[in-house]
Amino acid sequence: MVETAGQVIEGAGLSEKRQQSDPSNALGQESEVRRGPTVWSRFKRHRLAMIGLSILGVLVFLALFAPLLTRYSPTAVDLSSYRIPPDRDHWLGTDTAGRDVLTRLLYAGRVSLSVGLVAVSIYTGIGVVLGALAGFFGGWVDSFVMRLADVVLSFPTLIIIITLASVLGPSIYNVMLAIGLLGWPPIARLLRGQLLSLRETEFIIGARAVGCSDKRLIFRHLMPNAMEPVLVAATFGIAYAILIEAGLSFLGLGVQPPTPSWGNMLTDAQSLTVLESMPWLWLPPGLMIALAVLSINFIGDGLRDALDPYIQNR
Amino acid sequence: MGRYILRRLLIGIPVFFGITLVTYLIISLAPGDPVSAMVNPEQISELGPGWLEDRRAELGLDRPLPVRYGIWLKEVAKGNLGYSYTDRQPVADKISERIWPTVKLMLTVQLLALVIAIPIGIISAVRQYSFIDYFATVFGFTAISIPAFFLALAGIYVFAIKLRWLPSAGMGTVGQEPTFLNSLHHLILPAVVLGLGQAAPLIRYTRSSMLETIRQDYVRVARAKGLSERNVISRHALRNALIPLVTVVALTLPQLLGGTVIIEQVFSWPGMGTLAIKAVRGRDYPTIMAINMIGAIAILFSSLIADIIYAWIDPRISYS
Repeated sequence: MVETAGQVIEGAGLSEKRQQSDPSNALGQESEVRRGPTVWSRFKRHRLAMIGLSILGVLVFLALFAPLLTRYSPTAVDLSSYRIPPDRDHWLGTDTAGRDVLTRLLYAGRVSLSVGLVAVSIYTGIGVVLGALAGFFGGWVDSFVMRLADVVLSFPTLIIIITLASVLGPSIYNVMLAIGLLGWPPIARLLRGQLLSLRETEFIIGARAVGCSDKRLIFRHLMPNAMEPVLVAATFGIAYAILIEAGLSFLGLGVQPPTPSWGNMLTDAQSLTVLESMPWLWLPPGLMIALAVLSINFIGDGLRDALDPYIQNR
Repeated sequence: MGRYILRRLLIGIPVFFGITLVTYLIISLAPGDPVSAMVNPEQISELGPGWLEDRRAELGLDRPLPVRYGIWLKEVAKGNLGYSYTDRQPVADKISERIWPTVKLMLTVQLLALVIAIPIGIISAVRQYSFIDYFATVFGFTAISIPAFFLALAGIYVFAIKLRWLPSAGMGTVGQEPTFLNSLHHLILPAVVLGLGQAAPLIRYTRSSMLETIRQDYVRVARAKGLSERNVISRHALRNALIPLVTVVALTLPQLLGGTVIIEQVFSWPGMGTLAIKAVRGRDYPTIMAINMIGAIAILFSSLIADIIYAWIDPRISYS
């Protein structure tokens, strides 16, 4: 099977290999008691993943406790303090409507991180259901789901998301919905592939042979094993969703002002004057996006390695 | 292999109709009227109220949805993509004048990405776990994590505003005959910004493909024959390691169309991306969906071509 660009970015080239090595992975995990700590200890050894986890922890903390950390309002307009460069009162200056940039940066973290999380939850849910249907039932259900996935995947990602966002009307919830409704195909494909290859493994044949019920087979043996790569893909997906949201909001088609999002805070920088003489307006939100996305990608990488010890490449 | 290609083509057919159906559904369900889009609003009052209705009936717009879809599909096959809601121009004309700048940008980006990715990927595989390998991994993650538009803004700030080395917008200097050097000058910044992001997954693909190849028996044989390491890598391993890249390039190239959208906007590049954003802002659904459909069909065909090339180029793979 051939991967598409979305997956290429998320999986960065290793997911095809995973699928082959995964059945053997299943052999090492009869004892679930031992398994939990092992995954965590492998994750802990992944230096980049631990750096990512710490950075993301700080970002989540800043977003959660934003009201306690700043005395300014993220939305109230104050024209007496128009575009002030950073000083003691406003560490990162103020924007075109006189709002404190640091305050908006903290509140924007709430918006951007939750858009990422919710959008990915939506499409992982859709993808798991459709992928499981395709993988369990096969036949025409499988063909239908896979062709549907092909259709959705054919559309150029960003353009079709922009289109859907504009049909729904730009707002924070519709951004979540647009990304959520269009992001499921890689997840569905991944889960289906997993289920198909697991079906042929010895431990599943064995479970069948000893008279394991369908329900037990599905929920105890198939799904837990098949979900591992889905979890990894979903983690990378959060990073990708944050990038998409930032792009949409930057273009004015996503989260609408005055609600701050890291993406729409950069919109002003499309003017050369702002870009040239007011770097405090565009540098911090851009760096925040990069930091959040990078740390989530590191976590995803660590998770991938921790869940699959058979991957040799780092 | 003939049967494999045939099966692959047969799978493509429902996907093709799926793409066109989605396109048509969105155009027909979204607000806006295709008939009013074809005439000047000042003339509508002169033509009388019945004229619009007659014209609709003539075009079959009063028929049920499946019939309308059939009519629309036939027109699309003839190259008629409808009329823009905002300026009443034929959509096909609007797109054909925008397609070349975008293709030019996309091809440059892809070329640049390959030039960056292949050497780095090979070195990180040959010297696995070295400093360069580690650096390439971090570089790859950073390149896919920085939003392209932020990188573009930072690039404009540094190279256009502060250093004044490169232009900040457009495809050529306004009011000047376009020369090769001048357009290259305008191409550098957008191409590099997109090229870095495009190179990142290619580095990983090159690296993992190369790692797999250098563990093969024939590479060991080449070494055992006493060939120099350089020879082994460049003549024996490299060619085989690059096979999977053909597929990756064929699949990621058309997806770049999505990536060019924001970058074209930032650099005022007169391509399909800026057209798409203008169309979305003006709720011009015939235009926006035509761009979507062209992109989708391009992606469908290149994945088809990718699979066929892959089957043809790599005789080790058997298809059942």
